[in-house]
Amino acid sequence: MHPYGGWMLQGIFTTIHLSGIGWIIALILGVVVGTSRVFPVAFIRFLGTAYVELFRNIPLLVQLFIWYFAVPLVLPHTARLWMYENVPNVEYMAALAALSIYTSSRVGEQIRSGLQSIPKEQYQAALSTGLSQIQMYRYVVIPYAARIIIPPLTGEFIGIFKNSSLALTIAVSEVTFMSQRIDSYTFHGIEAVMGASGVYIIICLTIMFFMGFIESRVSVPGLIKR
Amino acid sequence: MDWDVILRNLPFLLMGLQTTFKLAIVAAAGAFPLGILLGLSRLSSKWWLYYPASAYVHLIRSVPLILVIFWFFFLMPIITGRPVGSFTSAAVAFIIFEAAYFAEIVRAGIQSISKGQVMAGLSTGLSHISTMRHIVLPQAIRNMIPVLVTQVIVLFQDTSLAYVIGVREFLRWTSLVDAREFRSIELYATAAVVYFIICFVGSTITRRLEKKGGRLR
Repeated sequence: MHPYGGWMLQGIFTTIHLSGIGWIIALILGVVVGTSRVFPVAFIRFLGTAYVELFRNIPLLVQLFIWYFAVPLVLPHTARLWMYENVPNVEYMAALAALSIYTSSRVGEQIRSGLQSIPKEQYQAALSTGLSQIQMYRYVVIPYAARIIIPPLTGEFIGIFKNSSLALTIAVSEVTFMSQRIDSYTFHGIEAVMGASGVYIIICLTIMFFMGFIESRVSVPGLIKR
Repeated sequence: MDWDVILRNLPFLLMGLQTTFKLAIVAAAGAFPLGILLGLSRLSSKWWLYYPASAYVHLIRSVPLILVIFWFFFLMPIITGRPVGSFTSAAVAFIIFEAAYFAEIVRAGIQSISKGQVMAGLSTGLSHISTMRHIVLPQAIRNMIPVLVTQVIVLFQDTSLAYVIGVREFLRWTSLVDAREFRSIELYATAAVVYFIICFVGSTITRRLEKKGGRLR
């Protein structure tokens, strides 16, 4: 009995939870970054812009290596020893940090453009009907912006699954890594790589199907359907 | 901290940067024309152009670049019947992969031109191809330029993935030097700064272009 099918399943599982947890972190950070870019205080806007520019303009693979190879060296000696002894799966953590922060800068941009796509009159109208600032966001801006942001966020969500494949370079055993491992055991590289490709295609199709369903349920009436 | 390590190994790092640029230029030069053909096919009314092009674009866009690089790493020797260098197989993988993304940009760009222009072109007696060539494409490409530049920046960042099959581009050289010098902080920080400067300059140019060029319709 060959173990390869089991390896692939393990890999799929790792890909899904690495990307899934990364996505939740990216979404939280992205909302913070996106709103900071339309914040009324100039300094906070600057911080948001700096964050986005920094993490968008460095290749993900370089960021991954920085989190894995360089960041542990910056830590003080005792903290580093503690980390290597007590943190299981250091490479998984590095991959999670790199993926979620890289994705959060992209999510932040989408959220900013979503917020800015709302016409000014909507804000003014909301305030003039006597809503407070918080109520304006709660009842007018966010319900509208959230639905506009869904389609571009679907792309980012698919993106984090595809980008998680880069974690193979630091030996996180996700599905691409497993396909390479099967290749090195069996020399059936093409089959293994095709298998892994099929996994990504199925994941992408599933996400597109579900997001398409959600989009059609919550689409803003009166806008052009995409 | 020992920043001397950068100076000592500068020739290697520069060699890597040169390969990175070469790979990016070859990939962009190959992927853009292929992208135009695919983008036009995606808008074609002929089913034998539309379906294969759409299938190509959707297939490639749902697979990570790393896997496409592996495909060609394994397939190229079978197709050509002899070993090809990792640079060549990486270049082919990039052209095939990025063309799918260029195709979508081209399609969106062409769709940004109003139908009236096509009708006007056809009614003056131009053929379908001439209308595309002389009326639609020149305007569409102008509208596409900011997005195209952004995609080229993404492509430039993507070239770092050629690392996985051993192409000696900038990141590979950085890690090779690191393996000998054990100076991860300095080396990877330098790599990050170099990539950042190049990409930041690129994205600043994009913003300029977006502000300057009003969209044509």
